[in-house]
Amino acid sequence: MWLLKMAWKNSWRNRNRTIITMAAIFFAVILSVITGSLQDGIFDNLVKNMVSYYSGYIQVHKTGYWDEQILDNSFASGKITEQAILRHENITGLTSRLESFALASSENLTKGCLVAGIDPDNENRITNLKDKVVAGTYLYENDKSVLLSKGLAGRLQLNTGDTVILIGQGYHGATAAGKYPVKGIVQFGSPDLNDRVLFMPLPAARELYGAEQMLTSYVISLRDPARLATTAERLQLAIGNELHVMTWEEMMPDVKQHITTDSNNMKIIQGILYLLICFGIFGTLLMMMVERKYEMGMLVAIGMRKIKLIGLLMAESVFTLLSGCALGILCSVPLVFHLNRHPLRIGGETAEIYKRFGFEPIFPTSTDAIHFVSQGLIVFCIGLLLSLYPLYKVVRLNAVTAMRK
Amino acid sequence: MNNTVIDAHNISRVYNPETIPVYAINNVHLHLEKGEFTALVGPSGSGKTTLLNLIGGLDKPDSGHIIIGGTDITSLRANELINFRLHNIGFVFQSFNLIPVLTARENVEFIMLLQKVKRKERDKRVIQLFKQIGLEDKMNNRPVQLSGGQQQRVAVARALASKPQFVLADEPTANLDSAAAFNLLDIMAKLNKEENTTFIFSTHDQRVIERAKRVITLVDGKITADTAAVPLTNHKLIVT
Repeated sequence: MWLLKMAWKNSWRNRNRTIITMAAIFFAVILSVITGSLQDGIFDNLVKNMVSYYSGYIQVHKTGYWDEQILDNSFASGKITEQAILRHENITGLTSRLESFALASSENLTKGCLVAGIDPDNENRITNLKDKVVAGTYLYENDKSVLLSKGLAGRLQLNTGDTVILIGQGYHGATAAGKYPVKGIVQFGSPDLNDRVLFMPLPAARELYGAEQMLTSYVISLRDPARLATTAERLQLAIGNELHVMTWEEMMPDVKQHITTDSNNMKIIQGILYLLICFGIFGTLLMMMVERKYEMGMLVAIGMRKIKLIGLLMAESVFTLLSGCALGILCSVPLVFHLNRHPLRIGGETAEIYKRFGFEPIFPTSTDAIHFVSQGLIVFCIGLLLSLYPLYKVVRLNAVTAMRK
Repeated sequence: MNNTVIDAHNISRVYNPETIPVYAINNVHLHLEKGEFTALVGPSGSGKTTLLNLIGGLDKPDSGHIIIGGTDITSLRANELINFRLHNIGFVFQSFNLIPVLTARENVEFIMLLQKVKRKERDKRVIQLFKQIGLEDKMNNRPVQLSGGQQQRVAVARALASKPQFVLADEPTANLDSAAAFNLLDIMAKLNKEENTTFIFSTHDQRVIERAKRVITLVDGKITADTAAVPLTNHKLIVT
């Protein structure tokens, strides 16, 4: 106990040095927490934007559908399956789709497109499709009309009120053909989606393809996207092997790869930050060793065992590190929450590019507690590791040499 | 009853043994009995501090043996030596060297905490020592709130707190004015007389030499004189 008391007093014997060390730790924790939470926040936002285009966080298909996306690999919709899905506490909603390909024609033009039969209300809850309508109006369930993506409408030179003709292959090889008025135009950030999607209500799509009661996918939204993998695993167990659960990471591996690459780049930046922290802390430790070398020699001379001296120095380091880390974490909490509620906004041309691709031009922070804990711990461990240097010097300390002026 | 406190045989300490050997201590014999009040004198570089370091177990001789209270300290390992010093030797340094963050009382208590002395006994010993050094009213002052002389008296109390076999003092009055130096010497002499504490101190200070019961003179690492002290003016053997 007396050792701790002495360590506490020693921590404050050179107030300026202790404050400088604590400030270095404090700012290190704040900077690393902000960097980490900003990185995750940006990626979370990117994923949110990506999945809200179309895919959702999770999709359920008939096993084998993803490899061969044809109507013959569709499955019959059922209340029992839907209830099993919705029973999971992390799932906030689902929407059904029947997707296939068709040739879309206007008077003189034809283009291949993805026909998505959707449940308009549920689809809007999950992908905010209604917000993407830039001309005309959104669909109702019993409509026999369609929404065209802007790029596709442009290619076919169609506007709202015009008629589009669809020709394709239906369920089990039947011919699928029909003509539908264009009720609205939707615009996506993704050029790929914008050039080739056509939406129609699910009953109309089933009628077109002769696929009564059939679906190609359930699209699922999540309460906590961080629990994506465990939710997918549990869902797979709940619905059995005939249906296959896929996460957005499996459906869009290129996006996942992009995030991984960017994360690694960010790790280099964090590494540089940690290196600066090391220099800051190590500098003050060196100062401390020079300043107290004589005293340490004297303590060993009068009979203080080196292990006790090591304990004393370790306790001093822990006090300083803990105080710096705790203060850093405490101050970073409101800062991170503020930047989450009021994200950094990008302006100018970059913002326009973001908007054009359907992304919000913002950099929000992630408020996941793991950032505060992990970054605090990392800085604490770096400090502890650097504290080994004075301990090493104590082990090698020679009282006579240390007391030589 | 054996009264021998320090018995050093043929001790030598050589620096740069492989290049140009410098004999800081050269084949020295030293015998000190309990209750001695001994001054170690000699010119700068004569080996006073080296000899104190050797008999204080801070340094090891290149040859010879040092036996303190029956223990050959030259055969002890580093950790054993630290423990030996804690229980057997008191140190007073030239520049006081009190721990600045502790009060005078805590500085004296510190040694006993290292020795794991119980609180009741610590309190008793601290009060007794502060009475002996005449600083009962300054017990709770920090070193920075004490004068140089007062700090050195506290350092003496700290050296005695562990009830050592002897106290080593390296130039204890070097940083003190005359009044403080006389005061410190009075206290050391009183403790030597009343508690039979053995003191050995290196010094250049004539006032200290005159108060010593025995004066050992070192020149070039060798003892050139070892005699009962008389006033310096009448002493022909002391080399300065």
